Amino acid sequence: MRIYLRILMVIAALSLGTLFFFPMWKIYLEAPQYPEGLELHIWINKLGGSSDHVLQNFNILNHYIGMEAIHPDSFAELKYMPYIVIFFIMTGVLAGILGKRKLVLYWVILLAIAGAAGIADFYLWLHKFGTNLDPEAPIKVPGMTYIPPLLGHKALLNFNALSLPAWGSLGIFLAIVIGGLVYLLSRRKTYFT
Amino acid sequence: MEVLKQNLKRIAPKLGFIPMLMAGAMLQGCGGGEGNQKSGTVDSDAAAAVYVPPGQHDEYYSFLSGGFNGQVSVYGLPSGRLLKVIPVFTQFAENGYGYNEETKPMLMTSHGFVPWDDLHHPKLSRSDGMADGKYLYVNGNNTPRVAKVDLTTFETVEIMEIPNSAGNHCSPYPTNNNEYILAGTRFSVPINTDKAGMGDASLSEYKDKFRGSISFIKTNEDDGHMELDFQILVPGFDYDLANGGKGPSGDWVFFTTYNTEKSSTLKELGASQNDRDYLAAINWKLAAKYAAEGKAHEMPANYYHNTMDHNSHIAKSTVKKSVRYLLPEECPGMMYLIPAPKSPHGIDVDPTGEYMVVNGKLAATLPVFSFSKMQQAIENKDFDGEVNGIPVFKYESVLYGEVQEPGLGPLHTEFDGRGNAYSTMFVSSEVVKWNVKDLQVLDRMPVYYSPGHLMIPGGDTREPDGKYLVVMNKITKDRYLPTGPELLHSAQLIDISGDKMRMLLDFPTLAEPHYAQAIQADKVAPNSVKFFKLDENTHPEAVKKESDVSVTRQGRTVKVNMTSIRSHFTPDNIEGVQVGDTVIFHVTNLEQDWDVPHGFAIMGANNAETLIMPGATQSLRWVPKQEGVYPFYCTDFCSALHQEMQGYVRVSPRGSNVPIKFSTGEKKPVPPAQASVN
Repeated sequence: MRIYLRILMVIAALSLGTLFFFPMWKIYLEAPQYPEGLELHIWINKLGGSSDHVLQNFNILNHYIGMEAIHPDSFAELKYMPYIVIFFIMTGVLAGILGKRKLVLYWVILLAIAGAAGIADFYLWLHKFGTNLDPEAPIKVPGMTYIPPLLGHKALLNFNALSLPAWGSLGIFLAIVIGGLVYLLSRRKTYFT
Repeated sequence: MEVLKQNLKRIAPKLGFIPMLMAGAMLQGCGGGEGNQKSGTVDSDAAAAVYVPPGQHDEYYSFLSGGFNGQVSVYGLPSGRLLKVIPVFTQFAENGYGYNEETKPMLMTSHGFVPWDDLHHPKLSRSDGMADGKYLYVNGNNTPRVAKVDLTTFETVEIMEIPNSAGNHCSPYPTNNNEYILAGTRFSVPINTDKAGMGDASLSEYKDKFRGSISFIKTNEDDGHMELDFQILVPGFDYDLANGGKGPSGDWVFFTTYNTEKSSTLKELGASQNDRDYLAAINWKLAAKYAAEGKAHEMPANYYHNTMDHNSHIAKSTVKKSVRYLLPEECPGMMYLIPAPKSPHGIDVDPTGEYMVVNGKLAATLPVFSFSKMQQAIENKDFDGEVNGIPVFKYESVLYGEVQEPGLGPLHTEFDGRGNAYSTMFVSSEVVKWNVKDLQVLDRMPVYYSPGHLMIPGGDTREPDGKYLVVMNKITKDRYLPTGPELLHSAQLIDISGDKMRMLLDFPTLAEPHYAQAIQADKVAPNSVKFFKLDENTHPEAVKKESDVSVTRQGRTVKVNMTSIRSHFTPDNIEGVQVGDTVIFHVTNLEQDWDVPHGFAIMGANNAETLIMPGATQSLRWVPKQEGVYPFYCTDFCSALHQEMQGYVRVSPRGSNVPIKFSTGEKKPVPPAQASVN
């Protein structure tokens, strides 16, 4: 494998590092009483938001409709996801150093599967929170569920919820695209050597 | 008729001034009331000049003193919209200030708890001769006090009692970099330097035994608190108003005096005999130097200094037992007297610092003194005798000139930064614009009725923001719909950006504004606190998690450490209280979001409600006098389920064996909206 492809592969692996600096996903809530907006940020290792107390404010609003309170402790994912990302960074760098095409391919496929699994897991959580409502909730709208959108926006009572991937996800996207390119571009080179 | 009004208003400017007057007359005809002959002189586009569209902000914050309500009112300019009332010297049942346990010490004095005062003069803290938007200082006139309002929270955070003073009217005046806040006494009193507090003397001994005091309050460098550095014991006149110099006169502060006759009775006559009283000039820098160099004496004192802790929101009183003082006769060069026409009121120094305008309320002219001539007179020892060892200048040797026929009853003057001064005329009920250099009157604007103070944003600083002028009128009469014998005072907003003044707006003000300050909104708004951080709450009775709430009995006192969050209190069922117990509710608002205060009120409380800001803890004392089940509830509409935010305290007969018990909700795991996020 040519040296620039190896470097590219290392870049692909390292781009996953953005996950430690930026959230993966953001959920924006808009309502007339919240001119400043309310943002929930989902990181690989924590939940954050537009202010320090966004989770408490989400939970206060959600308890009226009987949604379970969101606590970072409830999500085992937040504990093990960082290790998975570190694993991918290390194996990606290793694949770059070794320069083995096959390794690159497996790495890209595994990463894509992991990414898809992450999104599926995210959806399941949204579904769980949005439908598992306390029957004694003060506000009950017959037939209403409160599953926030996975992507795009949705009206939930007085709130307009918008859900979008954030810079962290771009890291995964870049890793897959660059890794894939490395695999494709390295094909001819191996043919000639 | 409405259409006709609109049309007339619209075409008026096109047709010129006369049809506009006619339109004015028509409008009054439609209104059907007598009076208001003057509204016809308002430009048809005045409404647009003060209109701040819904959702948009005003250009200035203005702080109007409340006079006899002891509060400060915050208005937006140019709209004249009331934004907030800040309680300072007066209990405020609306939020519990002065009623709840945390704020009660703020109103403590050497005379005990004084829950009211007469608040006259707001002054913004200064850096480099300009308002910096950090603090607002105000005076308590009746029981002499100076208070500091923090402009990040718009809360009163400090109150200092002033010893050896009576009627702290001539106060508070910050120097150009807040080195000192000066406070002069209105009434001179017998000061006994051997013991604390006022001395005993017969009123017939006024001339010999009564003295005034001017206090020099410093900001302590360690904790930012005010500290009474020293006082100057001055002749026994009445000290009325003051203002600091700037630029070349920056080391000086000027004080108007009256009753230099030293009369002790029927002062309306007794204090109006001399044709000239004095403008006192004090070199504050030299005074500070004398005090630092050991010229100061020390005497016993007894005065309170109350401070609000930023993190616990608990006020604490300390009692000071001594005060240092300087005697002008021992400090050459520190103080001079300038003869000024008859019972002068306001003293205002122009932005260049060269001209001192004395508003002699009973004088026919408006004298302007020159700082450079005063310097020269000091050099040439151009004196005309002395009073208590204080040199008195010759009037002519320090006079720059007099504004002839300015109007009747001049009280106060402010400046626009373009060389013009604006003075209120109480008796002829007008604001008069005149040029400081040539002393010519340029324009007159009738105001309704009888103006006291006036204010231009920064009009008392080095660089005034000469766009608007607010005049605070003392008499209202027919300006608004009548509301019985007692009427709100009226302020008027005048556009001073052009050659001629332009009347824009009337707006009612609370109690009696004496003076005001205004500042560009962007110097204050960005620092405004949205809520207090629960993590930084150091109140010893704070509860930061619902699982930590408690109800404990100690003898006949029951302490309830409870929380509030949308939309419940924890606990909301309390038992075991007995008739005659003192119950103290320490309520912590667990919210961490903007504009979610929770109130707490309980039936039969002899004080008030208390309004708790997010992240803060407030305590309300309650003594139930009869058995029963007493409801308590949240008073500030906080959420869709605000009406459900309530609870009960069971009060059993004295000596009953009902144990202390408390709970919220029937299931165990505490309610869903848990506050402990991390």
